[in-house]
Amino acid sequence: MIQLENIRKTYKMGEIEVHALDGISLVISQGEALAIVGPSGSGKSTLMNIIGCLDTPTSGNYILNGREVSRLSKNELAEARNTQIGFIFQSYNLLPRQTALENVELPLIYRGLPGKIRREYAVAALEMVGLTGRLHHRPTELSGGQQQRVAIARALVGDSPVILADEPTGNLDSASGREVMNVLTKLHSQGKTLVLITHDPNVAKLCERQVRIIDGRLETGGAN
Amino acid sequence: MGLLQAFRLSVSAMLAKKLRSFLTMLGVIIGVFSVVALISLGQGATSLVTEQVQAIGSNLIVVNITGRGARSGLTLEEALALASRPGVSAVAPMLSGQATYKYQAQNISASLSGVTPDYNAVRNHNIAYGRSLVAADLDHRQEVAVLGSEVAQELFGRENPLGANIRINGNAFTVIGVLEEKGDGIGESNDNRVLIPLTTAQRLLRNMNISTIYIQAESPESVDRAVVSVEASLKQIFRDEDAFGVFNQADLLSTVNQITGTLTLMLGGIAAISLLVGGIGIMNIMLVSVTERTREIGICKALGAKKKDILYQFLIESAVISGTGGLIGLMLGQLAATLVNRFSDFPTAVTFQVAVLALAFSVGVGIFFGIWPANKAADLNPVEALRAQ
Repeated sequence: MIQLENIRKTYKMGEIEVHALDGISLVISQGEALAIVGPSGSGKSTLMNIIGCLDTPTSGNYILNGREVSRLSKNELAEARNTQIGFIFQSYNLLPRQTALENVELPLIYRGLPGKIRREYAVAALEMVGLTGRLHHRPTELSGGQQQRVAIARALVGDSPVILADEPTGNLDSASGREVMNVLTKLHSQGKTLVLITHDPNVAKLCERQVRIIDGRLETGGAN
Repeated sequence: MGLLQAFRLSVSAMLAKKLRSFLTMLGVIIGVFSVVALISLGQGATSLVTEQVQAIGSNLIVVNITGRGARSGLTLEEALALASRPGVSAVAPMLSGQATYKYQAQNISASLSGVTPDYNAVRNHNIAYGRSLVAADLDHRQEVAVLGSEVAQELFGRENPLGANIRINGNAFTVIGVLEEKGDGIGESNDNRVLIPLTTAQRLLRNMNISTIYIQAESPESVDRAVVSVEASLKQIFRDEDAFGVFNQADLLSTVNQITGTLTLMLGGIAAISLLVGGIGIMNIMLVSVTERTREIGICKALGAKKKDILYQFLIESAVISGTGGLIGLMLGQLAATLVNRFSDFPTAVTFQVAVLALAFSVGVGIFFGIWPANKAADLNPVEALRAQ
């Protein structure tokens, strides 16, 4: 499903080159749940950006669902994000002026689906995360846990095979966090590939495999 | 992303910042308002002047003689001889000057025109009551006067002027008729004047030279032929083409249209500058908006928005702001034109073309000045955009 080969990401800061990712090789098979853990500054976010097709590596190969991503154009990357990846962010990243329903519809708008079908899918996705009664609330009218569940609905509405979650419980109290994790494990049990980036060992241990990243390198598990 | 969707997102973004959107629009509102108001004023002026030119009649030819050397005009005989030229049906020479008129305690000043009996027919200016000048009045240099309606009103009020004795520059004249009211002509009032026999005027004004001759062509079609033949005989008399000018309505109309057209364009152009300034205001606010919504743009990009999706959304947003401003400006311009129309006799109207043009121009300004900010938004790197606060 996801195949990273010797991925490097180098930032130039004046004269100094910073290796955010220093030769990462990683295979994530379909239907797997993987937790990527590591301290802040370890390169977790850079790795997530690359797996999520938000960024391209400086060198190395990334094959996502049989397609070489590192050479794609910006528009092709946008399309890959739209169809292959469902993002869940630590700070939810919902559009503040749009209702829950409109937020969930957004990925489908960029796919060019007609309004009626969009609505149908979005309602179904919100139902799945238990927010049927909150369709027309704006993010500010929802609790943190509810906002994150709207974000999860948005991630799964496009039926992308990979769910990429970056510290999904980082901003939540433990009860809401558990709720969110329950939804995520449910999705995983339905066959989604789940990539979870976290520094919380309790969250990480809900995944069947964990890798640790330190200073841009994978510490355990390596390339398998 | 569909246009309709982008349009709805734009409207919701606009409504979220109502005051700011309105202030941004204000530039376009003022711009479109001034373009519409000034162009409709210009077009009003054009139609007013055109009407006046058309009122002089389509088969009228006006000859102005500036003279050459000692000769500054034609004699009465020379002028009347023009009537026999091909294409010409009648000739009305005129000698004019300024005079004072006195009746009892009333003392006014108005223009004095020495004319021949054909004047009324050639200028299409009829007698309201009394009689007009006849050949015998000219032959005997009668001291009789036909008053313009304004002069009659000022000197006599409600009194019957017929048969009354007035003094023109101190000489006694008898009023024999009053002209119909005709309204203002080009550069002269048709009603604020007095007609006397041309021969009498030559004595009174101490001027034998006739410098203005109205000529009636046989028909509107024969105007060109008449102009050519009259010019030919004048050339024979003066041997200099610069000594006289021959004009007809078509010439005047095209000159007038050229002048008022230029004027309207100039007014519209000056007003368009304010529209341009409004456009810069839009660009400014759109740039701020892009910066403020950087994170939102990042979210959209993460969810699969392509460059063109973001570009369209911001372009449509700035077009919606300026288009709405244009619409409001157009309505205000229409209102101004209607008010001017109601409270003055100046005929202003917002034509369909001006309305469409103003709207199209305002939307165009929005798109043009939205390109840079929209491009800036569309080119944002999603990783950095998501990091923004």
